[in-house]
Amino acid sequence: MGTATLKKTFSHGIHPPEHKAATVESAITPLPFPPGLVIPLSQHTGAPARPIVEPKQEVARGDKIAEAGGFVSVPMHAPAKSTVAKIGLALTPSGAMTPAIFLKVDLESEQEPPPEADSAASNALTPEELVAAVQETGMVGLGGAAFPTHVKMLVPKGKRVDTVVVNGCECEPYLTTDHRVMLEASEDLFTGVRIALRATQAGCAIIGIETNKPDAIKALAKAAESDSRIRVAPVKTKYPQGAEKMLIKALLKREVPSGGLPIDVNAAVFNVATLAQLGRLLPRKQGLIERVVTVTGPGVERPGNYLVPLGTPVQFLLDHAGMKDTARQVILGGPMMGVAIASLEIPVTKGVSGILVLTDKELAQRPTKVYPCIRCGQCIQACPMFLNPSRLGLLSRKEQYAVMEERYHLNDCFECGCCAYVCPSNIPLVQYMRIAKAVNRERKTAK
Amino acid sequence: MDPVALFTAGGLMLGLGLILSSVLAAANKKLHVFEDPRIDQVEEMLPGANCGACGEAGCRAFAEALVAGRVSPAQCPANEPQNIEAIAHLLGIDAGAQHKRVARLACAGGNNVAASSATYRGVATCRAATLIGGGGKSCAWGCLGFGDCMAVCPFDAIVMNRNALPIVDEDKCTACGACVDACPKNLFSLHPVDHRLWVACKNELRGAEVRRACAVACIGCGLCAKDAAEGLIAIENSLARIDYDKNELASLEAIQRCPTGAIVWLDKEKGPILGEKAIGALAERKAG
Repeated sequence: MGTATLKKTFSHGIHPPEHKAATVESAITPLPFPPGLVIPLSQHTGAPARPIVEPKQEVARGDKIAEAGGFVSVPMHAPAKSTVAKIGLALTPSGAMTPAIFLKVDLESEQEPPPEADSAASNALTPEELVAAVQETGMVGLGGAAFPTHVKMLVPKGKRVDTVVVNGCECEPYLTTDHRVMLEASEDLFTGVRIALRATQAGCAIIGIETNKPDAIKALAKAAESDSRIRVAPVKTKYPQGAEKMLIKALLKREVPSGGLPIDVNAAVFNVATLAQLGRLLPRKQGLIERVVTVTGPGVERPGNYLVPLGTPVQFLLDHAGMKDTARQVILGGPMMGVAIASLEIPVTKGVSGILVLTDKELAQRPTKVYPCIRCGQCIQACPMFLNPSRLGLLSRKEQYAVMEERYHLNDCFECGCCAYVCPSNIPLVQYMRIAKAVNRERKTAK
Repeated sequence: MDPVALFTAGGLMLGLGLILSSVLAAANKKLHVFEDPRIDQVEEMLPGANCGACGEAGCRAFAEALVAGRVSPAQCPANEPQNIEAIAHLLGIDAGAQHKRVARLACAGGNNVAASSATYRGVATCRAATLIGGGGKSCAWGCLGFGDCMAVCPFDAIVMNRNALPIVDEDKCTACGACVDACPKNLFSLHPVDHRLWVACKNELRGAEVRRACAVACIGCGLCAKDAAEGLIAIENSLARIDYDKNELASLEAIQRCPTGAIVWLDKEKGPILGEKAIGALAERKAG
């Protein structure tokens, strides 16, 4: 099938400047191996992985070094031929120290190439076997949330998936990884989509792509002609179009209930980068050992889309891309939902889609003074989840965290940042939501 | 105006009033709940801060528990000794023993000795800063110094010193635990006031890794464990851990050879006392 012509979208949202021009033309280039890799055992949502290697042990590229710590967990694989230096604590983007496997990379010898694909074998798997095979690859959502992919592929009893939604929106400003993957790895992407269709037993798949990527829409629509189950749908360029609930709303006109999951409206959403990696890894029985990262921003001399071995310290990546002296802030992810990091020793993990480096100039432009809420209601107009960020922010300041959750649907907030972006008083609304969520989480575990 | 209507209206209101007041009088008799007058008297003699340190929901609840005989007067750690005596006298019970406990901070890394890897800009509370890359301090465990504990303390027992480190006033602290809950890095814990030997660090890394982050961090060298009385101090997760069951064995001896000053003696008058070696090392650092 061809492409639809109507621009589909959701209500509310914003349109921040895109800033994608710096990297959109640059092809994915492999990063050289750093001397040391750090593999945190908990870089996904769910239980941490359990290490199965000992210090001083030698591992080959792609070897499993940690096994899944439960069903909602994934194994870890060695991104390079290396020696296990130690199993100790490493800094994560959240600022906490978590257990990690430290690898000393063997830079002398050749890194072995990935094995050949065996599509026939993977095509013969039943949906259950397929889910288990997906877990073995260590795949998690590469869009940023790092939720284990196999968990989304397992359809619970009594539920069904009729449509696989493939997320190629990439609505975050600055980031171009998904765009490049769609252009350069479309074959892997379609293999991945077919795996998702088989695992979920869904009848069709829709690839949603924002209209600011006409080349990707054209290329994938042409490729989709060969498979009647898969079609490409352009969606309006608007933030946060790439949030799964917004994309479902735009493409299927269905609303995920408050506190619910896409499965509640018979849909499953996967990122294009996730499915493209899966389409490459699964037939080869390989683990996830590298990912595409957009390194960009005014603080970088050579912005681009790099294929980065997982566990590479941010410092090494930025040295390679050339960090300017004026660089002042490093953000993992995009400017809207990414997190500023406090140390460059932090490794690139499975969920890191971009590294944005800002300079003094951008930071100086940012208003610092916070004014009182003037009840203008712009945040309410912007919130894609139809929440009342103004009220939530005021309640958070008064430490009414339980009320926020019980009466104002705090947990439906996915921290997209639209409210803080439009706020004329510069109220750090997202930060207030995060504080409330953190305190509520703490109180629940304390009980 | 018709005088008859006036009298009828007046008479009706009077009759209604009489009926309703007799209903109220009957209800007052029938539905009367006896409340021990001593509860009010006891409550008068409590601090009225509703801090919850006694384990009850507030001072009123504690007063009720006292009159019911479930608790002893000294279980309120915030109360004055003479009030405790007065309550015991009023109720004719034993005052019980008041175990003075205080909040202790397991960090000595003020901004004069601890390094930071980034500058945090945003909502100026520890809780908010912790969520952004841990707050920018090089030590992931360390005190961020925005003073959430000071803000939450109902007894003004915590003040931030000039190095942005909270100082607990032993006399004012009632061990209500508000700071324990408020600290996002979980640095506060409640201890009997006679626990004087103290490890003011939570960093679980070792040696040079720790020293890069903070000059007064525990590097897990184990010298204190060697110098202290048998079994008093053990090294766990590269941190000295004091076994307070053997607190009577604690002495100043254990802190003398600590190279960084992570293990201290908390003197009531002088504040934390460091060992000689640590004092020398810090003086050298200041000079260099």
